[in-house]
Amino acid sequence: MKFGVITFPGTCDDTDAQLAVGRVGEAVPLWHQDRDLHGVDAVIVPGGFSYGDYLRAGAIARFAPVMSSVIEFAHAGGFVLGICNGFQILCEAGLLPGALLPNTSLRFVFRQVNVEVCDRNTPFTRNCPPRLSLPVKHMSGRYYSPEPVQVVLRYAAGENPNGSQDDIAGVINTAGNVLGLMPHPEHAVDALTGSADGMTIFESIRAAVGDRVGNGEGR
Amino acid sequence: MSDATAPHYRELGLTDYEYGLIVEGLGREPREVELAMLSLMWSEHCGYKHSKKLLKRLPSKGAHVLLGPGDNSGVVDVGDDLAVAFKVESHNHPSAVEPFQGAATGVGGILRDIFAVGARPIASLDSLRFGEVGESAHSRYLLEQSVAGIGHYGNSIGVPTVGGEIYFEPSYEHNCLINAMAVGLARHERLTSSAAAGVGNDVVLIGARTGRDGIGGASVLASAEFGEDDANKRPTVQIGDPFAEKKVMECCLELLDRKLIVALQDCGAAGLTSATSEMISKGGVGLDLQLDAVPLREHDMEPFEVMVSESQERMVCIVEPRLLDQVLAVCERWEAPACVIGKITDTGDYRILHDKELIGEIPVPLLVDGCPAYDLAPEPPSEPLYRGGPARLASGASPAETLTALIASANIASRVPVFEQYDPVVQSRTVRRPGQADAAVLALPVLDAETGAAGKPIPGIAITMDGNGLRAAVDPRLGATEAVYEGVANLICAGAEPLGMTNCLNYGNPEKPNMAWQLAEGIEGMRQGCLDLDVPVVSGNVSLYNESPDGPILPTPVVGIVGRLPDVRRAGSSGFGAAGAGARIALVGDLHPVRAGSQIAKLQGEAPVGSLPEKDLKTVRATFRLVRDGVRAGLLATAHDIAEGGIAVALAEMCIGDVAAGAAAGTIGAHVALPKGLDPFGEDLGSAFLVAGDGDAIASLAATAQAPLQVLGEVGGDRLVIDGLLELDVTELLHLNADGLARLLR
Repeated sequence: MKFGVITFPGTCDDTDAQLAVGRVGEAVPLWHQDRDLHGVDAVIVPGGFSYGDYLRAGAIARFAPVMSSVIEFAHAGGFVLGICNGFQILCEAGLLPGALLPNTSLRFVFRQVNVEVCDRNTPFTRNCPPRLSLPVKHMSGRYYSPEPVQVVLRYAAGENPNGSQDDIAGVINTAGNVLGLMPHPEHAVDALTGSADGMTIFESIRAAVGDRVGNGEGR
Repeated sequence: MSDATAPHYRELGLTDYEYGLIVEGLGREPREVELAMLSLMWSEHCGYKHSKKLLKRLPSKGAHVLLGPGDNSGVVDVGDDLAVAFKVESHNHPSAVEPFQGAATGVGGILRDIFAVGARPIASLDSLRFGEVGESAHSRYLLEQSVAGIGHYGNSIGVPTVGGEIYFEPSYEHNCLINAMAVGLARHERLTSSAAAGVGNDVVLIGARTGRDGIGGASVLASAEFGEDDANKRPTVQIGDPFAEKKVMECCLELLDRKLIVALQDCGAAGLTSATSEMISKGGVGLDLQLDAVPLREHDMEPFEVMVSESQERMVCIVEPRLLDQVLAVCERWEAPACVIGKITDTGDYRILHDKELIGEIPVPLLVDGCPAYDLAPEPPSEPLYRGGPARLASGASPAETLTALIASANIASRVPVFEQYDPVVQSRTVRRPGQADAAVLALPVLDAETGAAGKPIPGIAITMDGNGLRAAVDPRLGATEAVYEGVANLICAGAEPLGMTNCLNYGNPEKPNMAWQLAEGIEGMRQGCLDLDVPVVSGNVSLYNESPDGPILPTPVVGIVGRLPDVRRAGSSGFGAAGAGARIALVGDLHPVRAGSQIAKLQGEAPVGSLPEKDLKTVRATFRLVRDGVRAGLLATAHDIAEGGIAVALAEMCIGDVAAGAAAGTIGAHVALPKGLDPFGEDLGSAFLVAGDGDAIASLAATAQAPLQVLGEVGGDRLVIDGLLELDVTELLHLNADGLARLLR
């Protein structure tokens, strides 16, 4: 299967995401100015500092030409995963509810954290164990939503690195095909670099796409 | 245009003698723009006039060296057609004036040096010095802001910050040190030169517009002591834009990948002047620069301001006219502004044209090599230059009280509160993060599902930065030697052997005899360390005039060393947790600890005076080999060199393990007996190690050992027990160490 990985100016974790999805499928680089999604089966909006995060994180990237195609793709039921800056972009684009506010510490934070998978009935978490060790690295990761949301991932008790509401680390849209999370599964795909737990998220997506193809749903 | 008057050139940092040389070289008085350019190129920061002769003493040849000192960065071969570029640079003075931007642009500048040679930056490290953060709100401000600045730049541009070091001493109160090191990776064929070539070729400026920031930064800030009115110098500090640099970097790497450019150089200190003149000097050509073509941020800039502005995120490249359109197309794709600003000539002159008028014309040799090199007049001080601080430890403190005080002290406490503000994992190469081993470890091949299949080794590099001002204050020569040994020892613990070194020599005013003596001794000591351990110096930086009205900084030679290890899967860790309960603990090497310049002496309020131990080269080399080979063979999962705080602190750190991972992940006790008469808190840096492995492994190493090896005890339990000396709960040690810095910053 093909995973599209978007690169905006200022994206930093795009090559990491390509490497990660390359372990379970084919990585297809997508360019911010190109509306063509090249027939991919899932889209990864990776982390980094798109457009320098000089306005509000993700606020400029949502206007990139590729994003209008991603929004169409998501509305048609395609799987979209936003990681860190990608999560921020998906919230700004209206594909996910809520917003990511600056960390309560007002500082950038890097930390390896434990994340509880509180919903394993999603296309993104069906192969996950109950708990994942993943790194976080962000300046604005404090999730907030005035409306009730479908929480998929929470920081383990006492490990919330940013002050997010109800320890929320990742949420999914009501249709169940767009997930955003602050921790970085693409930086946890090899025990050599600290953890391989993040692989289970990419394996889940591959399995979910496989099921759809098997059911003749296509996309 | 105003005539250059005598006081003006002195204001620009030139002496009467130097001005005379300029007039002689030009055959006339310099014009305004010429004087501005010459004063910067002849500043200490660009011209190294007080250190050039001494720096030649450092060994720069080695089997793995591909590019030595003098280029944008040094480069060593790491095998498999790969090369590693690295360099350290200081941004001390800008950071003391404006810490956030000063530190941020320090990182941005050194990254440009790396991709200027064609290497993709894969890691950065920082060596930092501040005043006592526990007592000084000003130093807390400098620490917080410079750490935020480093993170701002490194995190945003996507280069992992994988290591570094921080020390706090009163002498850095008004003159903090920010030494940034960057490491890059390239296939051999992508390595490029900064030498301009090809008469008629275009000179293209890529990146940000030129503004009034950083005017005279190299001469006014970096080449003079601090005085009373430094707030006025704030406009000389540049402003960093990592997003702009990210685009410029990707653009330049693509230009090199596609072989579209002849030469590449970054605009650093002295901006356009230094970048272009060094390129044409290396290529033995001339240049006609069209000043009007340089895109400006402020339209009323004087020509001299355009020529010396240190606006960030700019690169200069040389392009054959037939490839120009392709080059500009790549720049456009990356949204990096680019335009032609001049042409290469065969005149041997640097000519500046403005409104079709020739406003400056300097022979390139005068501009680049005309700066005189001075002999220093070194004199050892007749009495100690540095005083002790307040006593922080009662004289009758027990060993347990001493160890708990040391482990929580500013210089030894865990650096997690700082390191967790940096991204150490982006680019997916980081096998050992800060706090996990004595050196950072990065895999060289891209890690994918096939890497290391069927047991194939995964080669990597280990990187460290080291320096110890207190020890260098005790003995500038042996202190510098010790820094080299200590740096190499860090690599050894990871299982690596050094390939090359970069350095940053932070000293006081070289025109003062005592400071000249510290500098000369420091270089001599460093030379000895490099010769002893076969470490060539491939790049470096000198930062002089580090003085404030309170006096000079401690002499602070900082080394950055890169080494190679054959398989990152066997990279050593520094915690006993990696070896596990039941593992045997051994001391390897000859340890001759002294308290001069040690951390316990500092806590007792003593001045850094006395003498440092001499190294027995043969024993040290055998010790290094034994530990390195033991780690590589997988016999030793844990290795840690005995450094600040002595063997007692080393043991405590090994029990604590990775502070970031917390108690759940590997904190474990140990029970040892120290050799009779060994001072548990004295220091002998870079001479000996504590290692741990299973009983058979230690026994086999002991049986074949060419180096002293002594079994001290065993890993296990939840207490650190040193027979006859102390017994402490390791969870308590972990908390003291983890909270030590945060407590001082509150």
